[in-house]
Amino acid sequence: MLAFIIRRLLGAIPVVVLVALIIFCLLYFAPGDPATIIAGDLATPEEIDRIRVALGLDQPFHVRLGIFLLNLVKGDLGTSIFSNLPVTHLIAQRLEPTFSLGVLTVLLSVVVAVPLGALAAWRARRAVDRLALVVSVLGFSVPVFVVGYLLIWVFAIKLAWFPVQGYTPLSHGVGPWLSNLVLPTLSLGMVYIALITRITRAGVLEVLSQDYIRTARAKGMGDRVIIWRHALRNAAVPIATVVGIGVALLLGGVVVTETVFAIPGVGRLLVDAILRRDYPIIQGVILLLAGIYIIVNLCVDISYAIFDPRIRY
Amino acid sequence: MEQTVLSVRNLTTSFARDGLWQPVVRNLSFDIRPRETLAIVGESGSGKSVTALSIMRLLPPTNSRIAGSINLMGRDLLRLPDEEMRRVRGNEVAMIFQEPMTSLNPVLPVGFQIVEALMLHRGLTRVEAEAETVRLFDKVRIPAAKSRLGEYPHRFSGGMRQRVMIAMALACKPKLLIADEPTTALDVTIQAQTLELIKTLQAEEGMSVLFITHDMGVVAEIADRMLVMYHGDVVETGETAEVFRNPCKPYTRALLSAVPQLGSMTGRERPMRFPVVDIKTGEADTPVETPDTIAQADRPVLEVRGLTTRFDIRSGILRKPAGCVHAVENVSFSVQPGETLSLVGESGCGKSTTGRSILRLIEPRAGTILVEGTNILSSSARALSEARKKMQMIFQDPFASLNPRIKVGNAIAEPFLVNRMGTRAQARDKVADLLVRVGLKPEMASRYPHEFSGGQRQRICIARALAVEPKLIIADEAVSALDVSIKAQVVNLMLDLQASLGLAYLFISHDMAVVERLSHRVAVMYLGEMVEIGPRAAVFGNPQHPYTKRLLSAVPVPDPARRRMARSISNAEIKSPVRRLDYIPPVREYREVSAGHLVQSWGEEWAA
Repeated sequence: MLAFIIRRLLGAIPVVVLVALIIFCLLYFAPGDPATIIAGDLATPEEIDRIRVALGLDQPFHVRLGIFLLNLVKGDLGTSIFSNLPVTHLIAQRLEPTFSLGVLTVLLSVVVAVPLGALAAWRARRAVDRLALVVSVLGFSVPVFVVGYLLIWVFAIKLAWFPVQGYTPLSHGVGPWLSNLVLPTLSLGMVYIALITRITRAGVLEVLSQDYIRTARAKGMGDRVIIWRHALRNAAVPIATVVGIGVALLLGGVVVTETVFAIPGVGRLLVDAILRRDYPIIQGVILLLAGIYIIVNLCVDISYAIFDPRIRY
Repeated sequence: MEQTVLSVRNLTTSFARDGLWQPVVRNLSFDIRPRETLAIVGESGSGKSVTALSIMRLLPPTNSRIAGSINLMGRDLLRLPDEEMRRVRGNEVAMIFQEPMTSLNPVLPVGFQIVEALMLHRGLTRVEAEAETVRLFDKVRIPAAKSRLGEYPHRFSGGMRQRVMIAMALACKPKLLIADEPTTALDVTIQAQTLELIKTLQAEEGMSVLFITHDMGVVAEIADRMLVMYHGDVVETGETAEVFRNPCKPYTRALLSAVPQLGSMTGRERPMRFPVVDIKTGEADTPVETPDTIAQADRPVLEVRGLTTRFDIRSGILRKPAGCVHAVENVSFSVQPGETLSLVGESGCGKSTTGRSILRLIEPRAGTILVEGTNILSSSARALSEARKKMQMIFQDPFASLNPRIKVGNAIAEPFLVNRMGTRAQARDKVADLLVRVGLKPEMASRYPHEFSGGQRQRICIARALAVEPKLIIADEAVSALDVSIKAQVVNLMLDLQASLGLAYLFISHDMAVVERLSHRVAVMYLGEMVEIGPRAAVFGNPQHPYTKRLLSAVPVPDPARRRMARSISNAEIKSPVRRLDYIPPVREYREVSAGHLVQSWGEEWAA
């Protein structure tokens, strides 16, 4: 197992390098010149040139690429063109809200969807199953921002149970932190609840027709034990796969949710950076997302081995 | 007289099909007395497994309906509330299933799967239940019981898994054990061990056993009384010895005479058709020996020399090979046109890998494979596809080896068209001709595989193999999954085709009785090596190698009078051909016993 993790981490290095290379090229060839933007509308061509030299933008492609990669190895993602602060610092500031939102959403989705899906499979084609289907269809079809504004209108404005927008750091206490995150988590989580419920239902339904489930019933095991102990773990591998994909897709959803609920997270940072053509920040955030995705994938693969003892790496 | 343990009266089980209730078991009545073994015998679709599941009430309640009464020690199981029925299952009535490979939960340790039953029914604590499980493992002769408790099912062989299932069934000392084809999926030597074990444990525990099987050999071996079923109806019931000696009903006679019997070919040289019995009258025809089909003077259609196939086992950070499966090790033989050579042996002996290596479906490591004189291991892709036309393969599972979404006519025509052997119109004629040859009708070409029975599908697979006019057919367990009567028909078809087309067969099988019937020569494989090869009459009549002897003696004899009493149970598992990297296969010598009968000289390990 340890050998597998090491091998996978080593295997991730070329992936990261490739991602870095692609991002660099993308921004290198992208239209628009950061120097012009920094200099402002009234700048003379000389001023723009000076800024360009200062930023190293006058260097040829390979030199700029070399500097970029070298800095990357040192953990230096460059300096924001707009605010002049290090990119690593800017991202670090924004990590907590995004992580809080992401982790809470995944937790909520799994905690709600897996039991719901298992229940739907157990009571297939009965009322509970149909209800789960309705929930899923709603989750799939209503966009995140619609759910978000609806939740704000009902729970924040009408009932005033939760704040409308904003974010309170965890250091200010779990209560305030959580109350700010309930609505964003719910609206972001709807689609994952829908997805994971369907996958769990399909997986458990398939497992329930297996020979070893018949064996368990022949032993006199009750339905609850059969679902939770015998069936669910066998259905876990596809569920873990979907949760992993979900985390990747979630990163996209975070951008919208953070905008709707005015949460100062990485998603907002990225949106702002794109609007300002703040290239180092864009590079940094995309690299961060790629890194997260690689780690999530690794975790999913490790979870396979935990759920299914037949899988050995 | 003691009270009966189980008394079934007028059991009728129906399934809902297309909105109608169709009975699959009709008016079944029988009794099982204490310590008695009753065997229910029948072919697929006879309703024997449904009977077992009805007793356990394990059929899905939404689309099945059970009527009649099932009395267990005075209680009608069909009238019990669900909760109480749960306490009967696994506690008073326990069940073992056919497929040991899929009947255990793959993600739970084997010990735990027994522990949970003990905790549920006998109210033991975790620690007590674990101690009891160790005792049960010892009882079913699982070696090193204590250390294997925490292991997962995939670490156990098929025979060992079936022992785990038996231990699980015995856990709560049930009054009745229902065994649904418990040995069908096992190798013969393992089957013999398992039957022996069930018999011994039955005597020790004083259980009654309801044994469900299609195998007359197994019935003769284990049952006190038997009940023959056909299409949901009882055909005949009685004492096992009596039914075997004097079957009253035509169907029973047909079933009994279709059973391949080892030793029935003594004194004959050539293969022989199975007798064909009319199910209505029970009259059998007298089969004759097949004509001499072997072209001895011709060049062999297939010559294999020194064939070696190995698979690496990799592990560690750099995936270095850590061991090696010696699946096929230095195997040599040849097949003449019109000849049948059988490769026999148990799971893992390399017989299927040999077949696949010859077609290069698996790439061999070394050796030469001459197909009508051309070495296909060193030939170009073009020459290989030319050679593959001369050799075709049929597989074990006729359900899995036909694409369910392709009409059978197109499936048969495909190899013909892919090899550009003619136009579409010619292919159509060819398909019609082939379907007739394999005993089907030309108009069946436009149907899909699911509309055919298992035997018919295997005929379709044979027709597909014949489409490219091969010289040799490699049949990998081609009749193993079929019912006895169907098996006899397909073997007869293969013999007829051999006579009319001069086909050669490489027949890969673990079924010694069928092999005896249709082979000219037999090769016995063990752990990837060939231990004995020779004319069928010589190998079966005068087996030399200890492994051949063991294999032959393990085959159940369908004759209750010749029941082999209480052999000592050997717990020998089939050894594994996984070797260390530095393993150098020993140089083997072969001794010629009689003309063409070669035996590998064996070493110390067979001394006992």
